[in-house]
Amino acid sequence: MIPLTIKDHSKLFREPEYLDQFERKRAFENCPSREEVERIAEWTKTEEYRDKNFARSHIKINPAKACQPLGALYCALGFENTLPFCQGAQGCIAYFRSHLNRHFKEPVQAVSSSMTEDAAVFGGMNNMTEGLENAYALYKPKMMAIFTSCIAEVIGDDLNAYTKAAREKGVVPGDLLMPYANTPSFVGSHITGYDNMMKGILSHLTAGKSGEPNGKTNVIMGFDPYIGDYREIKRMLSLMDIKYTVLSDVSDSLDAPNTGEAKLYRGLTTIEETKDAINAAATVVLQKYSTLKTVEYMKKDWNQKFLVKQPIGIRNTDEFLSGLSQITGKAIPQALEDERGRVVDAMIDSHPYVHGKRFALVGDPDLLMGMVSILLELGGEPVHIVCTNGDKTFAEDMEALLASSPFGASGKVYINRDMWHLRSLMFTDPVDLLIGNSYAKFLWRDTKTPLIRFGFPLFDRHHLHRYPIIGYQGALNIVTTIVNTILDELDRSTIETTSFDVIR
Amino acid sequence: MSRAIEETQKMIDEVLDVYPEKTRKDRAKHVKPNDPTGSCANCQVKANVKSRPGVMTVRGCAYAGAKGVVWGPVKDQITISHGPIGCGQYSWWSRRNYYNGQTGIDTFGTMHITTDFQEKDIVYGGDKNLDAALDELKELFPLANGIGILSECPVGLIGDDIEAVAKKKSKEFNGMPIVPCRCEGFRGVSQSLGHHIANDNIKDYVLGKGTLEKQTPYDVALIGDYNIGGDAWASRKILEEMGLRVIAQYTGDASVNEIGIAHKAKLNLIHCYRSMNYICRHMEEEYGTPWTEFNFFGPTKIYESIRKIASYFDDSIKEKAEAVIAKYRPKMDEIIAHFRPRLEGKKVMLYVGGLRPRHTIGAYEDLGMEIVASGYEFAHNDDYKRTYPEMKEGALIMDDATEYELEEFTHRVRPDLVGAGIKEKYTYHKLGVPFRQMHSWDYSGPYHGFDGFAVFARDMDATINSPTWNLIRRKKSA
Repeated sequence: MIPLTIKDHSKLFREPEYLDQFERKRAFENCPSREEVERIAEWTKTEEYRDKNFARSHIKINPAKACQPLGALYCALGFENTLPFCQGAQGCIAYFRSHLNRHFKEPVQAVSSSMTEDAAVFGGMNNMTEGLENAYALYKPKMMAIFTSCIAEVIGDDLNAYTKAAREKGVVPGDLLMPYANTPSFVGSHITGYDNMMKGILSHLTAGKSGEPNGKTNVIMGFDPYIGDYREIKRMLSLMDIKYTVLSDVSDSLDAPNTGEAKLYRGLTTIEETKDAINAAATVVLQKYSTLKTVEYMKKDWNQKFLVKQPIGIRNTDEFLSGLSQITGKAIPQALEDERGRVVDAMIDSHPYVHGKRFALVGDPDLLMGMVSILLELGGEPVHIVCTNGDKTFAEDMEALLASSPFGASGKVYINRDMWHLRSLMFTDPVDLLIGNSYAKFLWRDTKTPLIRFGFPLFDRHHLHRYPIIGYQGALNIVTTIVNTILDELDRSTIETTSFDVIR
Repeated sequence: MSRAIEETQKMIDEVLDVYPEKTRKDRAKHVKPNDPTGSCANCQVKANVKSRPGVMTVRGCAYAGAKGVVWGPVKDQITISHGPIGCGQYSWWSRRNYYNGQTGIDTFGTMHITTDFQEKDIVYGGDKNLDAALDELKELFPLANGIGILSECPVGLIGDDIEAVAKKKSKEFNGMPIVPCRCEGFRGVSQSLGHHIANDNIKDYVLGKGTLEKQTPYDVALIGDYNIGGDAWASRKILEEMGLRVIAQYTGDASVNEIGIAHKAKLNLIHCYRSMNYICRHMEEEYGTPWTEFNFFGPTKIYESIRKIASYFDDSIKEKAEAVIAKYRPKMDEIIAHFRPRLEGKKVMLYVGGLRPRHTIGAYEDLGMEIVASGYEFAHNDDYKRTYPEMKEGALIMDDATEYELEEFTHRVRPDLVGAGIKEKYTYHKLGVPFRQMHSWDYSGPYHGFDGFAVFARDMDATINSPTWNLIRRKKSA
């Protein structure tokens, strides 16, 4: 049998019959001439356009942030037998779930109280009561992690009173845990929501549990969309012989082995461990900006040692490990020291390709701090740093980081700006490489600057989130990804020339 | 009641038993065994009512219907997600409504543009900010031919008057259509109300305002095709080969101008009845434009539809219609001959939006597959009436199914393939049940038309017969 040639969208619409069709269709579109489109396209690349673009303050265009409840849901997924419950309209949950599905390629189960017009008028109490009853009957969680979306926040639903009432009515068992967090989408971003939910769960579960010290170390990852990081931190802690509790461990929730069954709950942090977290000797927090309130609360209420340090890049990891060693009294083992040596060796091997390369970066504040610091270590030059959800503290931290290295001299940080601003920057002050999430690929298309995918969400490449970016192992992954993107690009751009080398 | 119906009813009762009484009674009205004749009174599915809280419905909201389906694909309109950051972020560039144009210059479909409400907007209102935002957009995107303001929940709750802002700015912008769309997510029960509201917008703000140089006796408009993975283009190819002139696409790869001229067609052809019947009815009442439903999934339905469409026109079209069928039949037969032996007898369960749970049945059957269960997220009664005759007696029909029900029914019905959405996809991967996304075509497509059927057949085969499923080592059940 002659094999069938089947053309899908990627080839089909480049066939002449379709190109002719598109041409015919233009007659009905009342569209500008090609010359006019070209003229405007060129204009958008100018400094004049950049200035107009930067003068805008009432509209965001291609911003790099999501909303609070998404982060709250993500946080809730890491706890044992926990059902995320959103007091709000049902469309929100549908969106959060699909957004996470697309990044992790994993199922995400969460419910909403399906608030509609009547709830807008009478309040959402009935929705919550019935929602809790139905959700418990169907999905039998030990804990419902409750958070809010816009409607509940705007009308002012009282989560404390509603959960109490539901319990009194007996629609859920008396021992069902119902921590909650207010997570309005018009405040902060997904990283704020993660923070609020974490604080909500910890303060609720540890209330009155202060007792015998358990000698363990708590770990809080922050809004870290790399499942590989969860496994990596646990590996590092095990190598250091530290007893730990990862608070919200999503490593199975969002990267579960396929065993032919669809287990509803895969959060690895047990309820008991969480309750006992207040009795740990220390807490290490791997992100700063996504844990501000949680850390503030813990520092006030939990009598233990704290380390807030992000281990992305060599020096950050060095400091993280020595800090960890200090607060736990455990030595850094030779195995980790060997890993360090190997990564440094790799960085030295790759440095000629990265040295002096100019980078644009866009993403969450914590990620940006990490990426900039490893670029500086490699001799790369961060130039445009756009952080839609960064605040002034972040900007100051970033400026200090840039100032710490001669390679940071041309770096400028832009908070509350978006990827359309970045587009202007990349046209008027071009760079060699771009670091960002999948949505940043439009910048690649428009400016032809190769995109190195780091951050959240990553929808258009598979499995990247399964590899760590923290620790020495993570540094190796980052370096490998960056240098090989540069080499791929070098091959692509020299394919017709003598520079198409086999050895790089 | 036949035995097939009784057995399915028994299965349904078992599955629903776990619900609290009130919810069980409600859900029982939405899950039924099929009676193709429509005579079994107890087999009528109740539809388009509120989901119960806490059950994990698959449904979205009115905003999703207005943005993701109707307005989002209109390419030369700037579509603003008016309100907080999330809704626009989660619906950004995800529906695969393909379009031709330079994004950010003369087209804007895959952009995320939002007023990004902050607390002060909730307290003081967002109208002033919106007014200024429209000025900024007009300056940065001079080739935009329209602006859509899609309201998110807070806008309706705080009592903003986006209609007034739209009216004022439209005047300032020389009559450019600026559409205030009241699609707040708390309105209605699903995406469906968002479709309806957006259809009403078309009627109130755009229809009748486009330009069409001349009319011909063969003008048609392609309605309810969102060009997912290029669907509308594959459909348009057939219509043009039939000798028809497609003057407008609603709304895949659509321009604002096309939205403004569809009423000038001799016939409106509607694919997704659920999301766009409203505007077809309006054009019929207001302008006398007739409309007809058609189905371009799979050769059997395509041939049938080509003849049905041709029947509205003169003999020259009817002859061309037969010529088109004759031209493509050998290619379709070849595809069926290739794939049918690999797919024959496979059982399929579908759970999609408002059209595909019935419209794709023929395409599966062309490949020898059987639909054993089908369900809709947001169908209405008229959709179910159109579904009953397409399915076998005793097949399972679901309205607004919950994730719990989908999984339970899967264990009992044991389909070889499930077609649903992204939220279901990875659960099925974990279960080891072959799965295809039937909203986004799983990043493939087109699936419409002759060109689309080839891709559809290839994809179903690739998934059902992938060797990866055999690698799963199942946990021994205790």
